[in-house]
Amino acid sequence: MTTLLALPYWQETAIKLGVALAVIPTTSLILVYLFLFKMMAFMQSRLGPNDTGPYGSLQLIAEAIKFLQKEDIHPAQADRRVFRMAPVVVLASTFLLYVVLPAGPDAVVQNLDTGVFYAMAVSSLSVLGILMAGWASANKYALLGGLRAAGQLIAYELPLILAVMGVVVQAETLNLQGIVHAQATGEIFGFGAIGNPFILTQFLAFLIFMIAAQAELTQTPFDMPVAETELVGGFHVEYTGFRFLLFFMAEFGTAFAFSALAAVMFLGGWWIPGFDVDDNILNILGPGVMLAKILLVAFFIFWVRFTYPRLREDQLQKFAWKILIPLALANIVLTGIFKVVF
Amino acid sequence: MVAQNIFFGIIAAVVVVSALRMVTTRNIVHAALYLVAVLAGLGALYILLTAEFIATTQVLVYIGAVMVLFLFGIMLTKAPLGNVMKMTGPQWPIAAAVSVLLAGVTVYSLIDHFGSDRLANDGPVFRTAHVSDEVFSTYIVPFEAVSVLLLAALIGAIVLARKD
Repeated sequence: MTTLLALPYWQETAIKLGVALAVIPTTSLILVYLFLFKMMAFMQSRLGPNDTGPYGSLQLIAEAIKFLQKEDIHPAQADRRVFRMAPVVVLASTFLLYVVLPAGPDAVVQNLDTGVFYAMAVSSLSVLGILMAGWASANKYALLGGLRAAGQLIAYELPLILAVMGVVVQAETLNLQGIVHAQATGEIFGFGAIGNPFILTQFLAFLIFMIAAQAELTQTPFDMPVAETELVGGFHVEYTGFRFLLFFMAEFGTAFAFSALAAVMFLGGWWIPGFDVDDNILNILGPGVMLAKILLVAFFIFWVRFTYPRLREDQLQKFAWKILIPLALANIVLTGIFKVVF
Repeated sequence: MVAQNIFFGIIAAVVVVSALRMVTTRNIVHAALYLVAVLAGLGALYILLTAEFIATTQVLVYIGAVMVLFLFGIMLTKAPLGNVMKMTGPQWPIAAAVSVLLAGVTVYSLIDHFGSDRLANDGPVFRTAHVSDEVFSTYIVPFEAVSVLLLAALIGAIVLARKD
């Protein structure tokens, strides 16, 4: 920590936890209002919510209050303990992701040495919650939905991790702050004014990462797990009220976190060209820069979501195992060769 | 060090209770979920030992991959809700004897080797770079041997699973 904020460890931790706990619901709120409500409405020539608050911006808060008022229902045959635990496990996976996301030189909950690796590890925990939810619902459609979701998430976790490997090899670190530094101090053929955002050198990895993230977030071309218009919902078909809200919040909270990961690894993170990487002012400007980049990445995720129809289950699995994984492996080999040669 | 000791006690208690419940529960999915709790607790213990990379690997490999595959396999075949009548086979006394023996040997050899040695208060922090340097220089031969072993297991599994 810099001299600007020299607090005892427990106070620092308490403040960081408070900020993180406030940030996660807010991020879901922003994404849902901006993209799911407004952008989707305009793309489909509708108005979207416009009654509650200015431009309908309070609609989601009204919805959350509605969810909280609903009765807490269990299916009669459900395994109550596992049924209650499942949404918490999924949300915990989202919360743990925010621990490593940096928004400035010191504006990070914990600057872990294993940064990206940790993010991939905790994001894989949500599969556990999804399987628990599907099984504990005592409903064969929910169980099938859970298996569908788990099959897809397992398949797309591999290209996601392999795509990240290219960035890690180029930055020579797993640490997310280290990756931001590597981009800020990098040069493109001796021209260093804008650093070297890895989207330029790792464009293939960026594409694979975005496609795999789309599948991990179960957004539309890959929304087989929750094909609620054709199949009977998915793993959360039996969930109502507050517990459904937890799944919903986790979905968009994770979308925000993955956009943030893409922004950090490929778009240069919180660094602003022209500033020194360790400049204290970046602790204040950084979060704004990060938010802008995250919203840009999220815009692409939701743009694809509202544009493309769904893949078939076999196409989806083939795409992951036969196209994305070999491409990601080739990208690692190429990056390694370039790293050694240059 | 007091905080570490308190948290060690809490985590160890959670791990031991979960391990016991795992073998005594009558529901196979519950058993798998208790195993998740055991593995997560071990990951937490690695963090207390400042082995961050191993803790993360524990979460990614054991919880994120192995346990998810376990649950996936159980649910794909047979995962009844509620208590199943009989989960233990006829060999359970032998299994219990073997695990007690194994635990005894492990505890004895640990106490015999380390005695009352203590970790320094400012123990070394194992950086990820150190781990990778060690794996790819000092321990390169065991590392390659393990890779070949895993490849052999992978090919063996494919051969067994193929019908033709």
